[in-house]
Amino acid sequence: MIAAIFWFVWAMAEVHLTSHLRNIVAGGPFAAAGATVGEALADVLNAQPQLRSYVLDDQGGLRKHVCIFADGVRLNHAAALDHRIGPQTKLHVMQALSGG
Amino acid sequence: MSDRMLVATRKGLFTLERRRAGWATSLTAFSGIPVTNALRHRHGVIYAAIKHGHFGPKLHRSDDNGRSWHEIAAPTFPADAAGSPSLFQIWTLVGGGHHHPDRLWVGGIPAGLFRSDDRGESWQFVRGLWDVPERTRWFGGGYDDAGIHSISPDPRQADRVLVAISCGGVWESRDGGATWTVLGKGLVAPYVPPEQAEDSAIQDPHRVVRCAANADVMWMQHHAGIYRSADAGAHWTRLSPPGDDFGFAVAAHPHDMRTAWFVPAIKDEIRVPRDGALCVTRTSDGGESWEVMREGLPQRDAYDLIYRHGLDVDETGRRLAMGSTTGSLWTSDDGGESWALLNAHLPPIYAVNFD
Repeated sequence: MIAAIFWFVWAMAEVHLTSHLRNIVAGGPFAAAGATVGEALADVLNAQPQLRSYVLDDQGGLRKHVCIFADGVRLNHAAALDHRIGPQTKLHVMQALSGG
Repeated sequence: MSDRMLVATRKGLFTLERRRAGWATSLTAFSGIPVTNALRHRHGVIYAAIKHGHFGPKLHRSDDNGRSWHEIAAPTFPADAAGSPSLFQIWTLVGGGHHHPDRLWVGGIPAGLFRSDDRGESWQFVRGLWDVPERTRWFGGGYDDAGIHSISPDPRQADRVLVAISCGGVWESRDGGATWTVLGKGLVAPYVPPEQAEDSAIQDPHRVVRCAANADVMWMQHHAGIYRSADAGAHWTRLSPPGDDFGFAVAAHPHDMRTAWFVPAIKDEIRVPRDGALCVTRTSDGGESWEVMREGLPQRDAYDLIYRHGLDVDETGRRLAMGSTTGSLWTSDDGGESWALLNAHLPPIYAVNFD
């Protein structure tokens, strides 16, 4: 039991938000459970619902001008939500420089 | 006359008020953020449509005349909307008229129409318009996708509303949005192959406005010409102002069904005032004759373009306001015959709205 709790805490990714989004939700970084970027983001967004429409579009896709870095590596936009992450991955939610 | 206006710009929302010393900015909000449109509704309530470049369109409401704001629900396309669209921009925000005083309409890019009956707390997607078979022929004009920029509830009938789409024509519902009919006989689109030029569903009405006192009379600045309708949009007659008939904005006199204002520019691949000289044109006889009015407007080196929502007339029909892409803002107190510059240094202006 103790081991299971330890694993649960230990197995949280860490989600950092760009400063623009910290105007929407205070605090962070956020611990997030999930095996993929999409699952980890969903965990954060369930706890911070006011952030959802800033990161995901109407259909739940990653907004065109939002990009995700995993452990410092920028993810391909189209595949970002399905990208598999490890238990201690650091995710950064940033704005792309392509528009906006 | 109306002594207060909202000016929505690329870098925030400005409230201007006219006091003894003249017009001055009384409030600013959303500094640095694009405000695509704003609406002063009932009882001191203001709505502001925000377009975060990266983070999508948002809607904010002020319940205290603009002194404080809070974010409310923004309309979204449902997951089962054909084509899996995502709202890019709130283009227009319109009150429901006297039949539905608490109603709000939003027109978006892509061309989704949304309705709220609870002051923007929740939104209904108007599926009937999105699902018309002609939508497959709509296309973007200036943006990647078609968009709704004009929404006009009919003051005579509670469930009748007209919308205009760039580029998707003029549509009317008489049952509150359940079913839709494309209007626009007489409109001609020279920017498509000739056999499609009269297809009502591919027209590019840049802006459509209605005479408040005579709801059958509507005016249109089309991508290719200026039109007037005397039967609430069913049939349109092309008018022949002197000089350029390209532009975006049009304002309808609230009482006089024969009077309207336009702001011409060189057509469509240029989009600046001819010879760098800005003017406003007015007809007072239904389009038979025209006045070209320049007093107080820059007559050299001017590259001001007036967007669709950048021209407004107040309830008297005497006071007008006009804001440009280069951040200039003017008012006129004599029906457009002369203009006074209020500010030449605002951010690019998307919309001006009197109270």
